[in-house]
Amino acid sequence: MSASLSPLPALSHPALEAVEITKRFSGVVANDAVSFSLEPGEIHVLLGENGAGKSTLMNILYGLQKPDQGEIWVGGKAVRLDGPKDAIQQGVVMVHQHFMLVPVFTVLENIVLGVEQTRGQWGQLGVLERAKPARQIQALADQLSLQVDLNAKVGELPVGVQQKVEIIKALYRGARILILDEPTAVLTPTEATELFELLRRLTQQGLSIVLITHKLKECLAIADRISVMRQGKMVGTVYPQQASESLLAEMMVGRKVILQVEKPLMQAGAPVLQTRRLVVWDDRHQPAVNGVDLTVCAGEILGIAGVQGNGQTELSEALTGLRSPAQGQIDILGQDQTGASPRQLIEQGLAHVPEDRGKNGIVKTYSLADNAVLCTYYQPPFAKKGLIRPGAIARQATQLIQEFDIRPANPRVLAGSLSGGNQQKLIMARELSRGAKLLIACQPTRGVDIGAIELIHRRIIAARNQGMGVLLISSELDEILALSDRIAVMYQGKVLETLAIAEATRERLGCLMAGMVQS
Amino acid sequence: MADVKQKPFITIGRQLITPLLAIATAMLITVPIIGFTLNWDWAKVAVTYGGLLDGALFKQYAFANTLVSAIPLMFTGLALALGFRTGVFNIGASGQFLMGATCAVFVGYAIPLPPLIHPLVALIAGAIGGGLWGAIPGFLKARFGSHEVINTIMLNYLAFFLQDWLVKNPMKDPSPTIVRTPEILATAIIPRFYDRLHWGLAIALMAAYGVGWLLSKTTFGFELRTVGSSPEAARYAGMKIGRLTVLSLTLSGALAGLGGAVQILGVDRAMPVLYSSDYGFDAIPVALLGQNQPIGVLLAAVLFGALRNGSDVMQLRSGGAVSKEVIFIVQAVILLFVAAPAIVRWIYRLKLPKSQLETAPLTRGWG
Repeated sequence: MSASLSPLPALSHPALEAVEITKRFSGVVANDAVSFSLEPGEIHVLLGENGAGKSTLMNILYGLQKPDQGEIWVGGKAVRLDGPKDAIQQGVVMVHQHFMLVPVFTVLENIVLGVEQTRGQWGQLGVLERAKPARQIQALADQLSLQVDLNAKVGELPVGVQQKVEIIKALYRGARILILDEPTAVLTPTEATELFELLRRLTQQGLSIVLITHKLKECLAIADRISVMRQGKMVGTVYPQQASESLLAEMMVGRKVILQVEKPLMQAGAPVLQTRRLVVWDDRHQPAVNGVDLTVCAGEILGIAGVQGNGQTELSEALTGLRSPAQGQIDILGQDQTGASPRQLIEQGLAHVPEDRGKNGIVKTYSLADNAVLCTYYQPPFAKKGLIRPGAIARQATQLIQEFDIRPANPRVLAGSLSGGNQQKLIMARELSRGAKLLIACQPTRGVDIGAIELIHRRIIAARNQGMGVLLISSELDEILALSDRIAVMYQGKVLETLAIAEATRERLGCLMAGMVQS
Repeated sequence: MADVKQKPFITIGRQLITPLLAIATAMLITVPIIGFTLNWDWAKVAVTYGGLLDGALFKQYAFANTLVSAIPLMFTGLALALGFRTGVFNIGASGQFLMGATCAVFVGYAIPLPPLIHPLVALIAGAIGGGLWGAIPGFLKARFGSHEVINTIMLNYLAFFLQDWLVKNPMKDPSPTIVRTPEILATAIIPRFYDRLHWGLAIALMAAYGVGWLLSKTTFGFELRTVGSSPEAARYAGMKIGRLTVLSLTLSGALAGLGGAVQILGVDRAMPVLYSSDYGFDAIPVALLGQNQPIGVLLAAVLFGALRNGSDVMQLRSGGAVSKEVIFIVQAVILLFVAAPAIVRWIYRLKLPKSQLETAPLTRGWG
């Protein structure tokens, strides 16, 4: 695919070029002779699954890692990058997925941090120059018609604005080439659209942008060109006009992928989960969930949409017994289970796919088999009179490995050595294996490859078809739309509205996720 | 992906290589030190090292005495290993050892019982004493979240001074000339079977087997290990973390207390003031060198016992020029290496096998 594609009309040198980059980590080839070029003024999306080698390539371009072989060219000249400092000097700046901002500093302080100027001859002890940088930053912001209060504390700003601060910070450092790592992961759809408009304006001013993502839709919406990586190799580069979601998915995975899950109509049964006026505190004793009423019936999937950090985590913790609710009531299968322990809930028929799988979902230093019975290790047939029965556990693990296609198919390997997708399949397999009536699935496909997403989605639908009630908490709107029968949108600890899937449009959900209720 | 069909002996070999290299390197480091103190007279150096070997292994009854020295370390080492495996850093083995010894000596001299029953009751009393001393920091951690490292150290001091007071006052031998407890009754003694070697060795072996069995074969052990490996996952799986934390420190304390009891009943038979306390601290390198595995702990304890006994003869043979404290250097270097295995891997250019996760089983810091 790549060979047949002619590059953009070569009026000048590419802004940034990686030539035949190879990088190995203890025997694993993370980048295998990867070439990548960024034309001036273009938005070039780098697409690929976790572990495809995108981050390695970008780290090399940003000087964080050194390639074993290959060259980097900036503006037609070969450069040597020994660290991010060198990259920044060449005008290459990276905006990380997790912002590098000091929350208690103001916007101005954050932007000048590291390149601050001081007044007078006091050297390091001089007084911080504020007026001049403030004028420069304001000018930058005005150019891009961005409204940012330079004296606001960064920690008090919405995430979308924080990201703009990161971008201004990069521009203030003289960035000509921006590398954005998964920039929309923490944004509402509206904020994402705003970000894309901003990026467009930046390219009009001559900046070149590399955007890393695994989301197919936004990739088609914003890109001038799309390069796809798989297993350390560059699979090809396409124009969005020629591409489609299914083509990109195929390039990413290397085989045909069914993105849409078949979902037969289901008649919802009796409620399996009900909350009434539920209030849950976060770790700082602030109400993170503030009066939530939810009902999940047998045989339906209720999706909780919302930007991360609007109380979804605390809600799921309260429902699964990991955090005791401050007020309100939780009924599971018609019984009051407010404040019940995780063990009681598990025995009542709760299955839980936790949000942070590495922390809660598995014990990394345990074998796959031990993890397969993490919640039922004490029950027959896995234990008898307080003694573990390794044979029964191994049989269970072998069966789950087959059913869920977990690789490597060996019950004795350590769970921590599995890929994210296989860890998640293991958790899914375990939770669905014990005949639970209610599944609470939190971010079930976060950081998981497309193959595993496909399987996990099919399994969730299958569980629902067999009469399980499912509460699906996800910040991926596509996932919510693909699976849910009804969608509740959470914003600042409240459920703003619950929509049937038929009336849930992307736009409407987007508005609700940003806190706008239609009158 | 991990090579899934590893042969078991390769795995065992990998486990052994770091501790063995640590020991070898530590011994090697003593060569220039001893050489320096002996003015690079290599003949003398050879004699000195011969003394170390003789004292540890080859002299008559040397190995039996090495085992006698190793027995208390086996118990405290097991106590530490059990703690590490279950997520607690029990620095209080000294105090627990002392409390166990105190309880055992009291049962031994004050309560007349028939033979066989008498040592058994005294051992149980020792385990209970040590267990309660461990339960206190366990409870404080579970209930208030205060770190066990601080509290076990505090309780060490409490144990020292409590024992000191007890031995000088209510438990003092009636004879005015000696400040120690009365000797235990003959019925309470753990008998010897070969020179000074006593049946406490069998108890230590049973304790090691018991710890291994508990941790790997029982659901309770599974819970303890899960809390140790990942408290968050344990909570998710419905385990009662607080209860398990108290129990793991209690069990750890009970093992140390049992060690104190065995030492009293098998070796000392009466308790002086300032009763030995370094078994609790030496237990840390013993457990780490033994990779927190029961068999490993037993072997590491024997090594430390050998160093202890060998160093006496070493000092003697060198005509006093080489202080026996040289073995502390060995112990310290071993501890350094097993606590930071990356150093050993770096020195010997070993590669961490891909399949093996860099597990940090020692302690989880101050979380």
